Amino acid sequence: MMKTLLEIKNLKTHFFTHEGVVKAVDGVSLKVDRGKTLGIVGESGSGKSVTALSILRLIPQPPGKIIGGEIYFEGQDLLKLDNKEIRKIRGKKISMIFQEPMTSLDPVFTIGHEIIETIQLHQGLNKKEAREKALEILKIVGIPDVEKRIDSYPHELSGGMRQRVMIAMALSCHPTLLIADEPTTALDVTIQAQIIKLINDLKKRFHTSVILITHDLGVIAEMCDYVAVMYAGQVVEYAEVFTLFEKSLHPYTQGLSKSIPRLNKEVEKLQVIPGMVPNLLNLPPGCPFHPRCSYNFEKCRSENPELIEIEDSHLVKCHLFTEKR
Amino acid sequence: MKWYIIKRLLMLIPVLLGVSILSFSLIHLAPGDPAITIAGEHASIQTINAIREKYGLDKPITTQYWIWLKQVLKGDLGRSIVSNESVTKEIADRFPNTFELTMFSMFFAIIIGCIAGIISASRQYSILDYSFMGLALFGVSMPVFWLGIMLMMIFGVFLKWLPISGRISMMISFQQITGFYLLDSLLTGNFEAFISSLRHLILPSIALATIPMATIARITRSSMLEVLRQDFIRTERAKGLSERMVIYKHAVRNAMIPVVTVIGLNFGLLLSGAILTETVFSWPGIGRYIVNAVNMRDYPAVQGCILFFAFMFVIVNLITDIVYVYIDPRIHYG
Amino acid sequence: MDRKNNQLKETRTQELIRRLRYNKSATFGLIIVLILILCAIFANYLAPNNPSPSPPELFNALKPGFWSQKGIEGMPLGTDALGRCVLSRLLFGARVSLSAGFVAVGIAMILGITFGTVAGYYGGWIDAVIMRIVDIMFAFPALLLAIVIVTVLGQGLSKAMIAIGIVYTPQMARIIRSSVLYIKEMEYIEVQKAIGSSDRRIIFHHILPNSIAPVIVYGTLMLASAILDCAALGFLGLGAQPPTPEWGAMLSKSYSYIVSGAWWAATFPGLAILFSVLGLNLLGDGLRDILDPRLKI
Repeated sequence: MMKTLLEIKNLKTHFFTHEGVVKAVDGVSLKVDRGKTLGIVGESGSGKSVTALSILRLIPQPPGKIIGGEIYFEGQDLLKLDNKEIRKIRGKKISMIFQEPMTSLDPVFTIGHEIIETIQLHQGLNKKEAREKALEILKIVGIPDVEKRIDSYPHELSGGMRQRVMIAMALSCHPTLLIADEPTTALDVTIQAQIIKLINDLKKRFHTSVILITHDLGVIAEMCDYVAVMYAGQVVEYAEVFTLFEKSLHPYTQGLSKSIPRLNKEVEKLQVIPGMVPNLLNLPPGCPFHPRCSYNFEKCRSENPELIEIEDSHLVKCHLFTEKR
Repeated sequence: MKWYIIKRLLMLIPVLLGVSILSFSLIHLAPGDPAITIAGEHASIQTINAIREKYGLDKPITTQYWIWLKQVLKGDLGRSIVSNESVTKEIADRFPNTFELTMFSMFFAIIIGCIAGIISASRQYSILDYSFMGLALFGVSMPVFWLGIMLMMIFGVFLKWLPISGRISMMISFQQITGFYLLDSLLTGNFEAFISSLRHLILPSIALATIPMATIARITRSSMLEVLRQDFIRTERAKGLSERMVIYKHAVRNAMIPVVTVIGLNFGLLLSGAILTETVFSWPGIGRYIVNAVNMRDYPAVQGCILFFAFMFVIVNLITDIVYVYIDPRIHYG
Repeated sequence: MDRKNNQLKETRTQELIRRLRYNKSATFGLIIVLILILCAIFANYLAPNNPSPSPPELFNALKPGFWSQKGIEGMPLGTDALGRCVLSRLLFGARVSLSAGFVAVGIAMILGITFGTVAGYYGGWIDAVIMRIVDIMFAFPALLLAIVIVTVLGQGLSKAMIAIGIVYTPQMARIIRSSVLYIKEMEYIEVQKAIGSSDRRIIFHHILPNSIAPVIVYGTLMLASAILDCAALGFLGLGAQPPTPEWGAMLSKSYSYIVSGAWWAATFPGLAILFSVLGLNLLGDGLRDILDPRLKI
C-alpha cells in the first residue's frame, strides 16, 4: 500500500468575478499520508477552504474554476474524473465536515434520513439495514438516546449535536480521508474541545486520514502530524507539527505563533501581525507578504519566492532562505 | 397537528364574522329602503311586507343582523330578484362549473409554474431562463379578459380548433348527477359529452391560469436560487448525491415553502380572474352570475355570492396553512 | 443649511437615476411609463381624430387599419363598431387609465398611510382594531371587493376609482405599519421622545419621511394593479361608461365583433393595458431592488 494517500500538485483555483479574477488558490502543493492528519492554517481568505473544496470539486462554478494542477487520490487524478466518478468518491472515500453546523443540514429532513440517504447511496443497503448502520454510527459519535434522536429535525438539536451528526454522516461510509473545514469555529469553547477529541478518537478508530482546516494553532498542536501554513492562496511553510512550533522559519508563521497566548511560557507581550490581509484582486508584486514583513528587502518586492525544502519535510517559501541554499 | 387545525379554525371565527357583517351591511348601505332593496323595485307590497317581517327590518340593526345571520347559517341566502329562485340553489347550481374551471387552472398553473421556475433556477442566466422569465413577466402583467379574448380569437375564430363559449356543446343531450360536467359524463359513460366539456374547458383554463402560473414561476425561481446558495446544498453534494437529487429532492422541498404561501394567495387572484374569465367565455359559473347580479341590482344574489367567495377564500387560506406545516418541520403545531 | 440639504437631495436623486440606468429592465419600464405619460398629457395633439365624434360616423364602422387596402386614410389602427378612430381613443384612453390609476392609488395612500401610521405608532387596541379590519378586507379577492363597493356606490369611472382605492388601502396600511414599527424602534426616535417632541412632530418630521421608500415602491406596483383592475371593472361594465374612451370598456364593446373578423378594435386596447402594466411592474421591481432590498418578498 502506498504511503501517500492524497497529493495535490500546483493546484490553481480562480474565481472570475465582475471586479476581476480572484486567485483564491494559486499553485498549492500538499501531501497527506495514510492515517495522518494534515493541518492547514491561515487567516480567512488565505485559500484554505477553497483548497479543501477543490479536492472534492465542490467549487461553485461559475464563478469559480479549477484552472490547473493535479489532485492524486489513491493514485487517481480527481480532476480528471467525470461527474459520475467523482460522486462515487464524495461521501464514500472522502467526506467533508463544514464550519456551520447550524446551516449545513437540510432543515426539512430528519437527521436519520440524511445519514440513511448517504449509506444507501454508497453501500447499496436496504432501508432497514441502513437505518441500523445509522443508529450505530450515531451512537459512536455520542448522540444520546439515538432511537429517538434519529427522527429529529436539525432545528431540534443544539449546535454541538448537529456537528456530531455531521461527523456521523461523514464517517458513515468509513472514508479514507476526512476533510474538516473549521469544524469547531461556530461552536462554544467547551463544545469545541469535545468535538476535537471526538474527531481525534474516530480518526484512530477508523484509521482515517484527516485534513483539518483551522485558524486555531492550539487545535493544530493537539491534532496534527503535519502543518501547512497558507497565505494569499499559496503555501508559505510546510513542516511537521513540532518543527513548526519549535523552529518556524517563515516570518508569517512566526507572527502567527506569537499572536496566540500560551500558558507554558513566561508572560510575553502578545504580538499582532501588522497590516491587513491583502486584497486578492490586487496582490502586491513579488512576495505577497512583503508589505507586512519586517524583514523585507529589495528582492521581496520584485520576485515571488519558490517553496523550497530546507531540511527533510520542512518547506518554506521565503527569500530569506533561498540565499542559504 | 389536530390542535393546530382546531386553533386555526377558531381563528377563522372573527374573520368570518367580519365578512358576514360586511355582506350584511351591503343591503343597508345601498340607497333606499332595505326591504325594497331585498325584494326588488317591482315587487308587490305583500312581498315587501313579507320581507320586512322575515328579516325584522323594523327592529334595531343588531337584531336585524342576528336574524339575518341565523338565516344564513341555515343556508338561506334569500331569493334572487331576477329569477325569484333561492340564491343558495342558484349558487349551488353554478358552483361545480366555477370549481372545475378554477381547479383545472390552478392545477396547470402549479405544475407548469413550478417546473418553469425550477428549470430557470437550475440554469440561471441560460437562454431558457431568460425566455421563461420574460414570458412570466408578461404573464403577471396580463389583463386576463384580454388574453381570453385573444385565445378565443386565435384558437376559436381563426383556427376553429376549440369552442369559444359555454360549458358544453348545445347539441349534446346530457344527464346531470353532481353538476360537475367532467365527472357526470364519465359516470354516465357519455364519452361525447366528456370530450365536449373538456374542449370547452381548455381556453378558459389557459386564460385563467396565466397570472398564477407566471407568479408561481417567478417565486419558485427566486426561492430556488436562494435555497441553492445555502450551506446544506454543499453538504448534499459532498455526500455524493447526484445534481438531480440535490435539486429535485433537497432544494425543491425547501424552496416549496414560500411557494405554497404564494399559491394560497393566488387563489384570491384566481377567484378575481374567474369573474372576468367566466364573463368572457360565457361560462355558467358564480363569477358570471355575480356580474349579472350587480348589473341587474339583484342585491340578495350579490350578497350571497360575496359571502360564498369570501368563505371559499378563507377555506383555501386555511388549507394553505395546513399544507405549510406538512412541508416545513420547523413550524410548531402549538 | 437649506442649500446644503438641496445639494444632498440632488445627489441622492442623481444616484437613484444612475442606479436605475444600470438596471436595464427598470430603464425599459421607465421608458414605457414616460411614453404613457406623454401620450396622456398630449393626447389632444397626438390623436389624429376626435375620439368620440357625435353623432357617430356609422358608415366608417369596423374599418381595418394601415395593414389593409380597405382601411380609411387617417385612421391607422382602424375603427370600432361606432366608426371611431381606435388610435385616437387609445391615446385618450391613456389619459383616462393613468388618471384613474393615480386617483385610486392616491386614495389608497392617504387612507393607508393614515391608518397604517396610527396603528403602528400608537399600537394597543387601536392597532388591534385596525389590523382586524384589514384582515377582514383581505378575506375578499380584490376584484370582488371592488365589485361589492361599486354595487353600493353605483357604476361609473369615478366610483370605480374610489372602490379600487378602498380595496388597496389595507395593503398600503400594512406596509406603512410595518415600516413605522421598524422606524419607531430606532434610537433617534427614542431621542426625540426623550427630549419631549410631540407625537405629531415625530410622525410628520421623522417617521413618515423615512417610510417614503416603501411607499414609492409599492405605490408604483399598485399603480400597475390599479390600471389593470380599473380596466377590468370597465370591461365588466361597472367602471367607465360609454362614450368615455377607457381601455377596458373599449374591449368589452368590441370583442363580440372578432367573430366577424374585426380583431383590431379588441386587440389594441388590450395591448395598451398589457404594456402599461408591464412598464409599471418593471419600474416598480427595479425601484424595489434599488431603494430597499430589505423589502424583497
